[in-house]
Amino acid sequence: MKVAISSTGRDLNSMLDTRFGRCNYFIIYDVEKGFVKAMENRGQISGGGAGIAAAQQIMDEDIDMVITGSMGPNAFNLLRNSDIKVYQCKNIQVEKAIQMLKDGGLEELTQVGPAHAGIGMGSGKGFRGGR
Amino acid sequence: MNIAILSGKGGTGKTTVSTNLSLVTGSNYIDCDVEEPNGFIFLKPSQIASREVKMDYPLVDTNLCALCGACAKVCQFNALVRTKKKITLFEKLCHGCRACGLMCNHGALTFGKRVVGRIEEGTLWDIVCKRGILNVGELMAVPVIKELLTNLPEGVNLLDCSPGTSCNVVCSLQYADSAVLVTEPSLFGLHDLKMAVQLVRCFNLPLSVIINKYNPEDDRIERYCQQENIRVLGVIPYDREVVRVYSSGKMVVQLPEYRERFEKIAKNLREVFPWN
Repeated sequence: MKVAISSTGRDLNSMLDTRFGRCNYFIIYDVEKGFVKAMENRGQISGGGAGIAAAQQIMDEDIDMVITGSMGPNAFNLLRNSDIKVYQCKNIQVEKAIQMLKDGGLEELTQVGPAHAGIGMGSGKGFRGGR
Repeated sequence: MNIAILSGKGGTGKTTVSTNLSLVTGSNYIDCDVEEPNGFIFLKPSQIASREVKMDYPLVDTNLCALCGACAKVCQFNALVRTKKKITLFEKLCHGCRACGLMCNHGALTFGKRVVGRIEEGTLWDIVCKRGILNVGELMAVPVIKELLTNLPEGVNLLDCSPGTSCNVVCSLQYADSAVLVTEPSLFGLHDLKMAVQLVRCFNLPLSVIINKYNPEDDRIERYCQQENIRVLGVIPYDREVVRVYSSGKMVVQLPEYRERFEKIAKNLREVFPWN
């Protein structure tokens, strides 16, 4: 069983990033074997459809479960249709989030967050900005 | 000749200036702010003809698709995703570039067309009024703007652009021969004016400025224009009467004082740009 956690850093001590599409890294963790790797999120640098790009990366890695804060409608539907379970967590250490998942302390994400929520409005990309 | 009316900051009076200038000079009015075109509210053209704007999008033949994911990989806009069961399309993200079709080695991709907006064209006396309308929920305005600005009528066309300096404005400027920047004497007005000036200079277009909501006690715009050697074509005072007329959907040039002002601006405009 492989788990992907949206993270601000590359190791298990990093804090979980509550944004899915725009997080810096995904930490890949095998429930049986432990830490596998950290990979940069391609969605982070994409002009649009960040959640979709991130979901594609998750699917390509054969992930079974995702831990993140919230997720927009496009990514959520993609993962759900691919039978990948999404669990919700606050911004705590990645290691602690994994422990909570193992203990059955995390709830499955059932409600979709708003679209474009992870885009910083101060980053020079106005909402009306054409693509 | 096509004159782009832009501003940087929103709400400085692009539509007020373009519609009133159009009336005073007899130029055609082209509303390029396809996300929320509002010039027709004031000009009220008649005999409006409408046609649809369509965009290409990929169709996947699931019998031929080998799920190799080459189409999803090449897509720069994340419009295609390879899941374990099928290729999923997010049509609103698709730019219609057809790169996916070039990459598919299985002949599984063909292209269909979908409606993203429409173009309307009408007349007010001998003035041609044209506008693009982007359908609600669509993300990309550029295809509608491109369609709107190809085959423009003869004579002088005033292009009422979107606010900001986004793709929508860049696209409109590609069809312009000169630019008029409408601004207001405020911190935001000046800040965004500077961005708009930078953008117009990238296109090497002649440019001039009109100051709306003019306040004689605030000369920040004039000082900037002097410094940058930009001609100020005229000013429109910050006046309650203008707001009253505007908000009832009427033309500001119905007020004799403002007709005179706009005629003066038009005269200056003809001096600055090669009108014919």
